[in-house]
Amino acid sequence: MLTAVQRVGRFSLDYTQRVGRFTLFVFSALALALLPPYRPRRVLAETYFIGFSSLLIIGLTAAFTGMVLGLQGYYTLRKFGAESALGSAVALSLIRELGPVLTALMVSGRAGSAITAEIGIMRITEQLDALDTMAVHPVQYVVSPKMVAGLISVPLLTAIFDVVGIMGGYVVGVGLLGVSSGAYFSGMIQSVVNLDVKGGVVKSLVFGLIVTGVACYNGYFTERGAEGVSRATTHTVVTSAVLVLAWDYILTSFFM
Amino acid sequence: MIEIVDLCRSFNGQRVLDGLSLSIPPGEITVIIGKSGAGKSVLLKHIAGLLTPDRGRILIQGVDLTRARGRERLELKKRIGVLFQGGALFDSLTVFDNVAFPLREKTRLPEAEIRRRVRQRLEQVNLTPEVDDKYPDELSGGMKKRVALARALIQEPEILLFDEPVTGLDPPMTNAVFHLIEKTHRETGYTGVVVSHDIPAIFRIAQRVAMLHDGRIIAAGTPEEIQAHPDPVVQGFIRGEPDFHES
Repeated sequence: MLTAVQRVGRFSLDYTQRVGRFTLFVFSALALALLPPYRPRRVLAETYFIGFSSLLIIGLTAAFTGMVLGLQGYYTLRKFGAESALGSAVALSLIRELGPVLTALMVSGRAGSAITAEIGIMRITEQLDALDTMAVHPVQYVVSPKMVAGLISVPLLTAIFDVVGIMGGYVVGVGLLGVSSGAYFSGMIQSVVNLDVKGGVVKSLVFGLIVTGVACYNGYFTERGAEGVSRATTHTVVTSAVLVLAWDYILTSFFM
Repeated sequence: MIEIVDLCRSFNGQRVLDGLSLSIPPGEITVIIGKSGAGKSVLLKHIAGLLTPDRGRILIQGVDLTRARGRERLELKKRIGVLFQGGALFDSLTVFDNVAFPLREKTRLPEAEIRRRVRQRLEQVNLTPEVDDKYPDELSGGMKKRVALARALIQEPEILLFDEPVTGLDPPMTNAVFHLIEKTHRETGYTGVVVSHDIPAIFRIAQRVAMLHDGRIIAAGTPEEIQAHPDPVVQGFIRGEPDFHES
């Protein structure tokens, strides 16, 4: 019995310690981004990698998500004779919920795992130590530009996701199922309010921080060689997904 | 002068350094020997400021590295260069950019001057301009070590730490790397600390040798003094007696 209690206690302490270490790591990386020397070229390169290189996958995911929403929305709304509300349903679903969440999950799978692998390999090959010995702060040089790039890229990708998704819904709803084009857009304009957009932006910022923060943290504290890097990348994708969904619930409850 | 006083460090309850004390004289090459897993690299990482001890002090010209913070610590670190076991070259940068990296990050030198200094250092380690645009994964083990040595030298450190500089190299390349260490030391006069178990090759470059065993320095002196040391552990290691490694 005592052993079970001890185990729970040890797990709780260990978990609390990890959460604390993660929070400190993320905030110190952001704080260091505000201190000189500034590295705009590195931020630009990371934004290209996290943002621009994710455009195709984000575009494809958004298009198909919007098209599925168009089909499912039409099927459900037709039961109530409210097909004209399809534009509102698609737009609200994407802007408030699916846009930020799916963008974060796709960025985590494509860029997050790669970030973890890159930093993890730098750790096990002593490249991070080498930076330290050259009096270059490894977090400021390696992690901070990626975090800033994540904060820039994820909201922009989310906006693109929303637009492409709405167009996907339009193609199916208006093009294939015969919903009126005017009704599709006017319903959307009437129902989408400022708070919906704000909520989506806040979510995408928080998710950007989570995705890049988790990826950098897991890479930075990689241990035990190639196997450790492999474990860290898996851990990044799983942890990011769980944290994004958990924080999605928390943030949604604030923006209802 | 590097003065290490009563250094202790444990990992997961296992004590690796146990009250280690050692004086490293300036301008000389001190080689730290000891069996694999004895804690030589851990000691070196403490001197480089990469690890913090549980107890003890590391004084570099009177300043305690373990307590130094902020600018003072940064200034101390600028005086120390490290040649890592695998080279630790940045794999996304070319040879030239790797060597130029410390100058681009820590100085405001014009690009022409950086190019001149980088080439000078690469020539010092016998690397021709053909390798400048190669990436680390296109280099042999010995070339990686030479590029890493050039990068470590470019900031003109007063102290240069070598972590197993010849591990994994064939005998001719081992001799070449030791020759380069000797040559660069003669030319720049840095204080060298070399961690190695490459007996007897290290006696060629060492001006002082210290033997690490059970978390402490059990013998220190000139290569001749170490070779004549009465301690059976020291003698066993130098002769490569198998029972020593199994103990």
